[in-house]
Amino acid sequence: MLDILNALLVMGGLGIVFGVILSFADKVFAVPVDEKVALIRDNLAGANCGACGYPGCDGFAEAVAKGEAPITGCPPGGSKTVQALAEIMGVSATASEPKVARVLCQGANEIAGIRYEYSGVESCAAAVAFAGGPKLCQYSCVGLGDCVNVCKFDALTIENDLAVIDDKKCTACGMCVNVCPRHVIELVPRSATVAVRCRSSAKAREARAACTHACIGCKRCEKACAFDAIHVADGFATIDQEKCTQCEECIKVCPNNCITVS
Amino acid sequence: MRLAEVGFFLFMVDCILCNNYIFSRFLGNCPFLGVSSKVETSIGMGLAVTFVMGLASAFTWVAYTYLLEPYDLKYLDTIAFIFIIAALVQFVEMFMKKSLPALYNALGIYLPLITTNCAVLGVALLNIKSSYGLIESVLSGVFGALGFLLAIVMMAGVRERLETSDIPKPFRGFSISLVIAGMMAVAFMGFTGLVK
Repeated sequence: MLDILNALLVMGGLGIVFGVILSFADKVFAVPVDEKVALIRDNLAGANCGACGYPGCDGFAEAVAKGEAPITGCPPGGSKTVQALAEIMGVSATASEPKVARVLCQGANEIAGIRYEYSGVESCAAAVAFAGGPKLCQYSCVGLGDCVNVCKFDALTIENDLAVIDDKKCTACGMCVNVCPRHVIELVPRSATVAVRCRSSAKAREARAACTHACIGCKRCEKACAFDAIHVADGFATIDQEKCTQCEECIKVCPNNCITVS
Repeated sequence: MRLAEVGFFLFMVDCILCNNYIFSRFLGNCPFLGVSSKVETSIGMGLAVTFVMGLASAFTWVAYTYLLEPYDLKYLDTIAFIFIIAALVQFVEMFMKKSLPALYNALGIYLPLITTNCAVLGVALLNIKSSYGLIESVLSGVFGALGFLLAIVMMAGVRERLETSDIPKPFRGFSISLVIAGMMAVAFMGFTGLVK
């Protein structure tokens, strides 16, 4: 009987002592936490997916509270989260249109010319560092899947040495946009289906020699557009999504089929 | 291995190399594999473990000698040690959050993991088993943790280089890490019997 009592007293005593010490330490070492952080954290999707680019939901909540991250930065949370965060942060929730990532290159096998056979590290960044990558075009998708590796939602695949995005799975987190060494992935509104899928700044002849689907900057689309929405700059055409009405006139005049509808 | 018999230096060599917690006792493998992807964070983790192991050795020795032994409660050592270590890690976490926020952020979820790091519990139990005194206990805790630090930093160095290596597909990720850990353990076997 005494044994049990001793055991109870010793363990219970240890517990009480530690409890007291820790509760004091909690007060002494208390770090003032912005109460917004906890509120924001509660309203996030809470999957710790990293789509926002911060280390977990806690990191994102802190950044939002500091005003460093946009309230629309949590793709899995959707519009519900945006509204809740807007209320907490006291800013108006702009009805953000859902976005999607798009690969601005059509340089798959047979379409884009190959310069050399690459058999090094399976990484676009490494391949680009090695004499500018295996494809003739210096502005094309390398096709070694840095974006596939970074995608947390399985939305990307490499088909015929070209990155392909599954619109249904894409949450527009922007991880692939940041990792692509050639910057050929872009976030666009989901409603913007027409896209110029080439970013080659090369001269017309070189661009055409490197890829059959290259934008050569001929400005035919610019002339065909009735809404002043497409312009050639740096040797390739870009669409101003705010003006574009998806009328597809530019697609009809493009000589190299580098404008597409998805 | 008593401190008085072999002297300070050999005691240290024995703790760090011959009886390395990772490579010869196989304790604390979870943080060893979990936090060894970057040298910088692995150093932080190693230092945090060193700190906790040194403190835990002292506290558990005191608790064992002045509480458990006199009241004939030696059979409660494991549960009491877990208890002490958990409270200690909690305390260290609060302290770090306040005083070393950079290190706190770098360690992230791995700091609470020290609670269940079996190297920490291992050192407490082994100290008792070897009937060490207070100074010996603390030294064996600190040196054992330095061995852990050495192991985890070596591992992180190798894994940083693995990032850019062309590894066959079946070996990628954890498999190659485990293979490397195994090879390191084999290398560390060479230290066996260095101190007698």
